[in-house]
Amino acid sequence: MTAAMRPGTSACPACVAAPAAESLAEQEAHEEARLALSLPTIHCAACISAVERELHRQPGVKSARVNLTLKRATVEAEADVTAQDLVKVLEGIGYEAHELDAGTLSATASDKAGRDLLMRLAVAGFASMNVMLLSVSVWSGAEAATRDMFHWISAAIALPTIVFSGKPFYVNAWSALKNKRLNMDVPIVLAIVLAVVTSLWETMLSGEHAYFDAALTLVFFLLAGRYLDYRTRAVARSAAEELAALEVPRAIRVVDGVEDTVQVSELAVGDLVLVRPGGRMPVDGEIVEGQSELDRSLLTGETLPVYAEPGLGVSAGEVNLTGPLVVRATAVGEETSLHRMADLVAIAESGRSRYTSLADSAAKLYAPGVHILSALAFVGWFLYTFDMRTALNIAAAVLIITCPCALGLAVPAVTTAASGRLFKQGMLIKHSTALERLAQVDTVVFDKTGTLTAGTPEVTNLGEFPRREIEVAMALAMGSSHPLSLALVDAAREAGIKPAQLSDIEEVPGFGTQGKLHGKLVRLGRAAWVGAQPLAQTSAFLSMGEDTARAFTFSDALRDGAEESVRALLEDGKDVMLISGDSTGAVEALANRLGIQKWVAEALPEDKAAKVQALSEQGKHVLMVGDGLNDTAALAAAHVSISPASALDAARVASDIVLLGSDLSPIADALNTARKATKRIRENFQIATVYNVIAVPLAIAGLATPLIAALAMSSSSITVSLNALRLR
Amino acid sequence: MSVLSYLIPISLILGGVGLLAFLYTVRSDQYEDPEGDAQRILSGEWDDRPKP
Repeated sequence: MTAAMRPGTSACPACVAAPAAESLAEQEAHEEARLALSLPTIHCAACISAVERELHRQPGVKSARVNLTLKRATVEAEADVTAQDLVKVLEGIGYEAHELDAGTLSATASDKAGRDLLMRLAVAGFASMNVMLLSVSVWSGAEAATRDMFHWISAAIALPTIVFSGKPFYVNAWSALKNKRLNMDVPIVLAIVLAVVTSLWETMLSGEHAYFDAALTLVFFLLAGRYLDYRTRAVARSAAEELAALEVPRAIRVVDGVEDTVQVSELAVGDLVLVRPGGRMPVDGEIVEGQSELDRSLLTGETLPVYAEPGLGVSAGEVNLTGPLVVRATAVGEETSLHRMADLVAIAESGRSRYTSLADSAAKLYAPGVHILSALAFVGWFLYTFDMRTALNIAAAVLIITCPCALGLAVPAVTTAASGRLFKQGMLIKHSTALERLAQVDTVVFDKTGTLTAGTPEVTNLGEFPRREIEVAMALAMGSSHPLSLALVDAAREAGIKPAQLSDIEEVPGFGTQGKLHGKLVRLGRAAWVGAQPLAQTSAFLSMGEDTARAFTFSDALRDGAEESVRALLEDGKDVMLISGDSTGAVEALANRLGIQKWVAEALPEDKAAKVQALSEQGKHVLMVGDGLNDTAALAAAHVSISPASALDAARVASDIVLLGSDLSPIADALNTARKATKRIRENFQIATVYNVIAVPLAIAGLATPLIAALAMSSSSITVSLNALRLR
Repeated sequence: MSVLSYLIPISLILGGVGLLAFLYTVRSDQYEDPEGDAQRILSGEWDDRPKP
């Protein structure tokens, strides 16, 4: 169709490829018009209909579909429809909506690996049920020709199923063997193959025992364990991606005075970028226009805003507070200091790579043990009877009986239950061994700014001011959206104070707000601007004209649950530390307020990581809780790490667990749940061991029939799963 | 025993139909939004005709 509309293009021979290129371009345009919105508050059928109806009503929207499980809407629309418009529309009908970056989300869009596992699981389930049905007839007394027929039908079902469903195990075992290692999958594959081969052999010779059902149930149970494990991680991954996608990488580029919204990835060195108040710097650069204040707390931990004027260098990740700034980019994308710091994390030795999970250490003991045991059984019986068939049969029975059905379920069943429980409390377990590592924690290191504190200031000395001055300050503060002004207004409002009547209120970006009280100039802002000496702590100065300016001082408000969480950890006998990049005074005040004995102030990012390393070398298991870029190296170096959802992307990536809410109190609970989960995992290993202790001698003595194998295998798997469910 | 020659194929075919139905539902994304599907049944939007 497109080719017909442009007859001129096919004139040259090279243009044969043009239609393909055009359709590719069309496809891309189509993908661009795919918008994703996060809808955290929807919960019912009426919400779904209302949102979809409203979205469909918008011009240019082709289709809209709400996914309630993910609390997300996918919209296909013309290229000129923007997500911001749709967000406004939805907020108009009362639903909170946020734009999600489709590029970041696309990875979870099609869950191919999960679907693949589910298919294999379904086929294995179907086959094992049918074969079990036939096997039950054999066990209940089918003989001679009937038994042979049942065995042949079982073989016909089992062989293709084993080939198809067992693939994940073959792949894993092969890659382990290639690296000359043994993992859990090697004995599994050996058991499956040996069971099928001996059973076929027995069937050909009209033998009595065939293990087709055992081989299939084995595959089924183990795949179920794999699938549980996969689901847990997939849920965590998609939630983590959604967090990342909430930060849409977009910037405003100024070309010849015209503002143009572009993707951050399209920015180049030398571009002029406009950053509005409240926006985050997308690039490293130099300010060329505007005056404002910068919040650098995510990069350095400092709470005092920095005054910004043309000529000042800025780094990506800093937040612009008051006035619009135009920045000339000096480094973009991977070159920015933000990215370079994030790269440090990759270099820092990670706590998780040093840790061997319980399952791995069990496998290390188990895999060689099983092989030796079954080889011994084979050799023993061969020397005793000189009958290859009997010896091979018994070796296969030993492998099947010892096969780690229960072991394969022991860990995933528990982690699924525990992660589900923690997810409900607002914690996202990103790493598969994070729970086990969390259970070992004896030292907790907190970052200050943004972690223990909410990053929002609160006034500390409102009571020292006469009412009249507060009224004036409140009126001035209402003219600005600077965080300190907002805090001042909140505090004054809470004290029941009404703003004074001022005229000519105006905000001077980077300095403060001024106005006129009965014709007299009054100012609220930076020390230098009102002619006062700056203080060491965060403060805003009020000048009433005649006498010297007085300062409102601020401290960072505590995050919800910070006090409870620290207290619970201390009561639990944990060593709690505070390491921050902020000034000594601020850190000491907070440490005293929370009852933390050990604290370090003015720590550089490397200091933090070094301190955590030093603690680990003393044999401590450190839990690091932090949110800033200056914490990322420490987060990666710690035994296990937690970051709040408000943290920078780099910090969230470096940590094992993400706190989804703004409340810190789940941390103490999580330690508890993790300890319980690890206890359950150990119990499950014990159950599996007890079962082996009973069944293995039977198998070696040649007394195990397929019936006994099936009973033992199923009962131990079910016991293990039920034990895991007790955690909920 | 000739009854077996009917019953075994029948049981296999019925099981196979179930398996195929399950595979079809997986392939056509029917497990993408279980909560939404549970709620959608309560809304009158698509009750009288299937979605185009």
